Amino acid sequence: MIEIKDLHKSYKTGSNSLHVLKGINFSVAEGELVSIMGSSGSGKSTLLNILGMLDEADSGTYTLDGVPIKNLNEKIAARYRNKFLGFIFQSFNLISYKSAVDNVALPLYYQGLKRKERMDRAMAYLEKVGLTDWAQHLPNELSGGQKQRVAIARALASDPKVLLADEPTGALDTKTSYEVMDLIQKINEEGRTILIVTHEHDIAEMTKRIVNLKDGVIIDDNKVDQIKALQYV
Amino acid sequence: MFSRDNWDEILEALSANWFRTVLTAFGVLWGIFILVILLAAGKGLENGVKQGFGGMATNSMFMWSQTTSKPYKGLPQGRRFSFKTGDVEAIKEQVPHLRFISPRNQLGGFGGANNVVRGLNTGAYNVYGDYPEIIQQEPMDITSGRFINHSDIKEKRKVAVIGESVRSGLYEPGEKVLGSYIKISGVNFMVIGTYKKKGGGNGNVEEAQKQIYVPFTAFSQAFNRGEDVGWMAITANDDHSITSLKNQVFDVLKDRHTIHPEDDRAVGHFDLYEEFNKINGLFVALKGVAYFVGILVLLSGIIGISNIMLIVVKERTNEIGVRRALGATPWAIRGQILMESIFLTIMSGMAGIAMATAVIFLVNNALSGMDTSEMMFLNPSVDLGVVMTALAILVISGLLAGLIPAQNAIRIKPVDALRTE
Repeated sequence: MIEIKDLHKSYKTGSNSLHVLKGINFSVAEGELVSIMGSSGSGKSTLLNILGMLDEADSGTYTLDGVPIKNLNEKIAARYRNKFLGFIFQSFNLISYKSAVDNVALPLYYQGLKRKERMDRAMAYLEKVGLTDWAQHLPNELSGGQKQRVAIARALASDPKVLLADEPTGALDTKTSYEVMDLIQKINEEGRTILIVTHEHDIAEMTKRIVNLKDGVIIDDNKVDQIKALQYV
Repeated sequence: MFSRDNWDEILEALSANWFRTVLTAFGVLWGIFILVILLAAGKGLENGVKQGFGGMATNSMFMWSQTTSKPYKGLPQGRRFSFKTGDVEAIKEQVPHLRFISPRNQLGGFGGANNVVRGLNTGAYNVYGDYPEIIQQEPMDITSGRFINHSDIKEKRKVAVIGESVRSGLYEPGEKVLGSYIKISGVNFMVIGTYKKKGGGNGNVEEAQKQIYVPFTAFSQAFNRGEDVGWMAITANDDHSITSLKNQVFDVLKDRHTIHPEDDRAVGHFDLYEEFNKINGLFVALKGVAYFVGILVLLSGIIGISNIMLIVVKERTNEIGVRRALGATPWAIRGQILMESIFLTIMSGMAGIAMATAVIFLVNNALSGMDTSEMMFLNPSVDLGVVMTALAILVISGLLAGLIPAQNAIRIKPVDALRTE
C-alpha cells in the first residue's frame, strides 16, 4: 500500500540546515495498523506529513497504492489527499461553525457529491462511530472523545486507502483514549490501513506493528501482539 | 458556482461573526448610499432647471434680421433687410436634416401700447403670425378650442388662439370665449382656442400667457407685411444638432439677401441648443463629481472589506489547512474567499441602494406636496442604468477586495496552516 525508499528531508532555518529525515525505507501492506513512535524531534510528524502529501520530501520515492507521488502541484495533491487519505489530528481540527454531520460531509463536498448523497453518507459514518444523536451539534457542544470520533468519521467519509492519525489520543484522557483506540482497531479489522503517530507506549501496543524513529532514521520495526483496547473500556 | 452548497458555506462563514460582518458591510453601504444620493440630487437639480425650458424643442434656434455690418457688392453697410417667405422654402431645400422651420411675424412687444380691443376692454399683447408647427417647438397646452391649422394658413382665416392672461384681461369670468371676436390693431379675429404654457426659454411664466397666435398668412395680409418674415424658429432632426447646421442656414440667407459672407451681425440668432448644452455640461460635471466622491467613499468601504477579509483569512488559517487536507483545491479555497467578499459587498451595496431609494422616496413625497414650478429641484431620481452601474461597480470591487485575501489564504502551505492554532 505504502512504499517509501530512501526518503530525505531537511528544513532550512536561516543559514542552518536541519536534516530531519535521513534516508527512511519503509513499507506498509494493506490492512496493517502501524504506529510510528519516537521522541519529539525524531521526525515522525515530518514523515507523516510527507505521507499525507502535506509536505514534500527532498529526495527519495514514495508510492501510494501503486501511484508514484512526485512533482505534485497543489491541485493534484488536493485530489490525491481527498481520494487516498483520511486525516485524524491531535486537536481534532473540526470546523467550529459546522455541525458534526456537516463536518463529516466536508470531504464529500470537495469530491463534488450531491447534497443529499453527502448527508446520507455522512450520517452513515456518524452512526458507525455511534454519534447519530449528535449529528446536528456543533463541535463545542461535544466532548473530546466525541469530537475525535466525529473527526474519525470525517476521515472515513471519503473512503480513503489509508488513515493517517497524528497523535489521535494526545488531547484525550486515558479512558477516552482507549475508546478511540477501540474504534480505530475496529476500523482496522474491517481491512483499512491505518498509520498512527504517537509517543505513548500503551497506545502503540494496541497497534500491530511499531516503528521506532530516532534522529531521522528507523531504529527498529517490529510486529507486536496487539492488545485489544476493548478490555480497558 | 452558484449551488446551494456554496451559499451555505458563505452564509455559515459570514454568520459566524455577525457583528463584525455588519460593521464591515456598513462601509460599503455608506459608500453606495452616498453615490446614489448624490446622483439623485444632481438629477433633481437637472430636472428642476430643465423644467425651466418648459418642454421646448431644445435642438432649436431662433433668428431675426438685423442690419448689415459690411458693405458688399455695391451695397452699403448699415442696410436694413427682411427675411422673405421664399427664404423658408430655400432653406428647406438647401439645408438637410431640418425638422421644422416656422416663420413668424409679430405685433406689439414687451411694454408696448394697447393693440387689442374687445368691447370696452383693451390690452397690450404680443400678436404672432405663426405656422401650426410652432406648437411643437414651443409646447403649450390648449385649454379650450384648438390651435391654428394648415387650413387656416391656406385660407388666410382671421382666427386667433389667445393665452389665458389675454382671456382674463378681455373677458369676464364665465363669458363665452370661443367664437367671439377680438380686434387686433383694427382687424377683427375670431377666437378659436385658448392656451396655457410653461415659462419658455426666459422662464417668464406670466408674460408667456399674454400672447395671441394667428395664422401667418392671415397676419401678413391683415397687417400688410407682404412677403416679409420677421423671425424664424428652426428645429433640427434629433440626430443632428442645430449648432452644426446653423451656419448653412445663414449662408443660404446671406446669399439670397446679398450680404457679405463674413458679415456675422446681419442675422441675429439665439441658439437654444448651445445654451441648453452649456447647462447640460454643468450637469455632466455635476454627475462626474457625484461619481468621483461616491466612488472614493465606496473605495474606503471596499478597503474595509478587504481588510476584514485579510483578518478572516488569518483567523481561519487552521480551518483552511483542514479543508486543504480534506481535499480542497487552491481554487476551491480562493473561490470561497472571493465569493464571500463579493457576497458581502453586494449585500451591503444592495442595502445601501435600498436605503438611498427610501430617502429619495421620502424627499419626493415631501416635494409632491409643494409647488415645484419655481423651485430649482424636481423629482430627484436614479434610473435603472445607474443602479446597474452601481451593481457592476460592487461586483468588481468585491472581487478586488477579495483578491489579496484569497491569495493570502493559499499562500501558506497546508502543513503550516494545520500547525496554526
